[in-house]
Amino acid sequence: MSTPLLELRDVYRSFEKDRVTIPVLQDINLAVHENEILCIVGESGCGKTTTGKIIAGLNDPSSGSVLIRGRERATFTKEEQSKLRREFQIVHQDPFASLNPAHTIEQILSFPLKRHKLVSDRASLRRRIWELLTLVDLTPPGDIVNKYPHQLSGGQRQRVSIARALTVQPRLIVADEAVSMVDVSIRVGILKMLHQLRAEFGMSIVFITHDLALAKYFAWEGRIAVMYLGRIVEIGRTPDVIGNPAHPYTRALLAAVPEADPDITRRKQPMRLRSDDIPKLTAIPRGCAFHPRCPFFVPGTCDHDVPTLAPSAEHPQEFACTPLQQEGSLQPYAT
Amino acid sequence: MKNRDVVLSVRGLSVSYLARRGRVRAVNNVSFDLHAGETLAFIGESGCGKSTLNLALIRTLPKAASIDAGQALYTDRSGTLIDVMKLSDRAMKQFLWSECSMVFQGALNSLNPVLRISEMVYDTAAAHGMDRKMAQKEALGLFEKVRLDAHRVFNSYPHELSGGMRQRVLLAVALLLRPQIVIMDEPTTAVDILTQRSILDVLKELRAELNFSTIFISHDLAVAAEIADTIATMYAGDIVEIGPVEEVFYRPKHAYTLSLLDAAPRLSFGHEELDSIPGSPPDLIAPPPGCKFHERCRFATERCAAQVPPTEIVAPADDQQQAHLVACFERTAVAQAQRRRMGVNA
Repeated sequence: MSTPLLELRDVYRSFEKDRVTIPVLQDINLAVHENEILCIVGESGCGKTTTGKIIAGLNDPSSGSVLIRGRERATFTKEEQSKLRREFQIVHQDPFASLNPAHTIEQILSFPLKRHKLVSDRASLRRRIWELLTLVDLTPPGDIVNKYPHQLSGGQRQRVSIARALTVQPRLIVADEAVSMVDVSIRVGILKMLHQLRAEFGMSIVFITHDLALAKYFAWEGRIAVMYLGRIVEIGRTPDVIGNPAHPYTRALLAAVPEADPDITRRKQPMRLRSDDIPKLTAIPRGCAFHPRCPFFVPGTCDHDVPTLAPSAEHPQEFACTPLQQEGSLQPYAT
Repeated sequence: MKNRDVVLSVRGLSVSYLARRGRVRAVNNVSFDLHAGETLAFIGESGCGKSTLNLALIRTLPKAASIDAGQALYTDRSGTLIDVMKLSDRAMKQFLWSECSMVFQGALNSLNPVLRISEMVYDTAAAHGMDRKMAQKEALGLFEKVRLDAHRVFNSYPHELSGGMRQRVLLAVALLLRPQIVIMDEPTTAVDILTQRSILDVLKELRAELNFSTIFISHDLAVAAEIADTIATMYAGDIVEIGPVEEVFYRPKHAYTLSLLDAAPRLSFGHEELDSIPGSPPDLIAPPPGCKFHERCRFATERCAAQVPPTEIVAPADDQQQAHLVACFERTAVAQAQRRRMGVNA
């Protein structure tokens, strides 16, 4: 395969709080290719947002490296870095918080265009804004340009956020829970639009969500990475991960999600975990971090070494579960 | 459902907010029945009136809102009929918690941060004439039922508990005085998947054991599909469809319900073709004429733009379930589209 657009190698990231070091990401190895859709799923505190911020260049690893087209990001010159920042954009969850309430939509979209000298005169500025609003289906643009964010609906505001990200013609967009605050009825429209933009401009999209059904829908032709307590526990093609999950944590998540179909959701067999509580990041369990909750726990193995990501005969996706990799199947843990 | 007791019968309830531009008709002439032990889920987009309706039922509407018409007839355990809309403020205080309690989204906001859980339990109990000893016994029993470390949680402050634990505490406290009705507004929104699972499981166990009725408000169709007996779809302040959960999910008759289902991805269905609903909900100060959904509806005809569709029975009630009611002129076209949809995705 060709050189990835972006690659995280052995990324470790920690934050200091009250003089305690909190490891938020550990051993993250991840590549994003040109024109690819990668979904990162996991529960709160799993590190998905921090991963997204490192990808977008809003945050740096504490150790490990970020490679852009094979070259280490830390070695880029100032001018190159500024160009990079245009290539990697992020769309946040809450468009109300990320759009300046005192600026009109026209002003919001003008700033990046002028700042990066992407337009030469007023006429081309106006043309470009019209074009961007049409791209994100905010039509007719004339009805939108003079409005303030509060005059738009949640879905429209999120479309403005996406239009703003597009002003600088990015190669990759990180969408961090970008449709979580938008009504179900509107979500699919925004996701379809992102698909279309990706097809049209050959962008890559890193889609971060806690909603597995949404991840399945959006990344069906891409890949999904499942994170737990700062590590990737499973990663592979979406149909493999969703259709035949390997890691016990992925299985538990999939079994727990209610479905918009009464018969299916009531027939689902939930997986009873050994503990309902997520351990704190300051006290991550030894070995596989999931072992204290895992119903397939193998003493001496799971609580000893950190499992590595690898596929198996039954599972083409990579997963980090030593017993499943070695035995090919999982046995319930008997207390 | 013919033979089961109706606990709450809402008739012609209308609620509006006074805004600078005029009156916002948030809930219009809404009627429904809630039976003993039944879970009724309201679904619909933000601003459809589902939360306003339920705030009206417990009479905790903001000042700008007024109840313009309607009754909410509650049958207490002795069989006495009470119109909740006519209760005095004092009687209403007694009614809350002992007859009807509520659990809101965002458990942290519903708990006083400077009070231990035990103090909150005692306060609630004292306001309704239950002594401390009894309150403690009841609370500990309920905490165990919701799978909490009962004694530890009882003596904790809210910040010492995780979001999922707090939500389970609220659920337990809501049942302290054994109300017949529990209203839940998005109780599993903003919690993680595994936490949501444990809350739903606990809720189902409690319901089976204590047999209370639940009004459940959710924008999440999947949660509604799992726990509801009856689904009510709300649009722009109206109940546009109400019926048994299988009927509404597998044989929806309102174009709006079908559109909501079309927009919801399902994990076990492989790749799906989904559609969003174009446009946004109407202005409730000056709603469109005819069916309020017609401007966004792919089935709409001239009649939909001109006349308000009447609510009609499409399947009668039986011993097991409520009747299926719908207000849509194009229900035949909707039913056909649903058959195609089931054929494609099955």
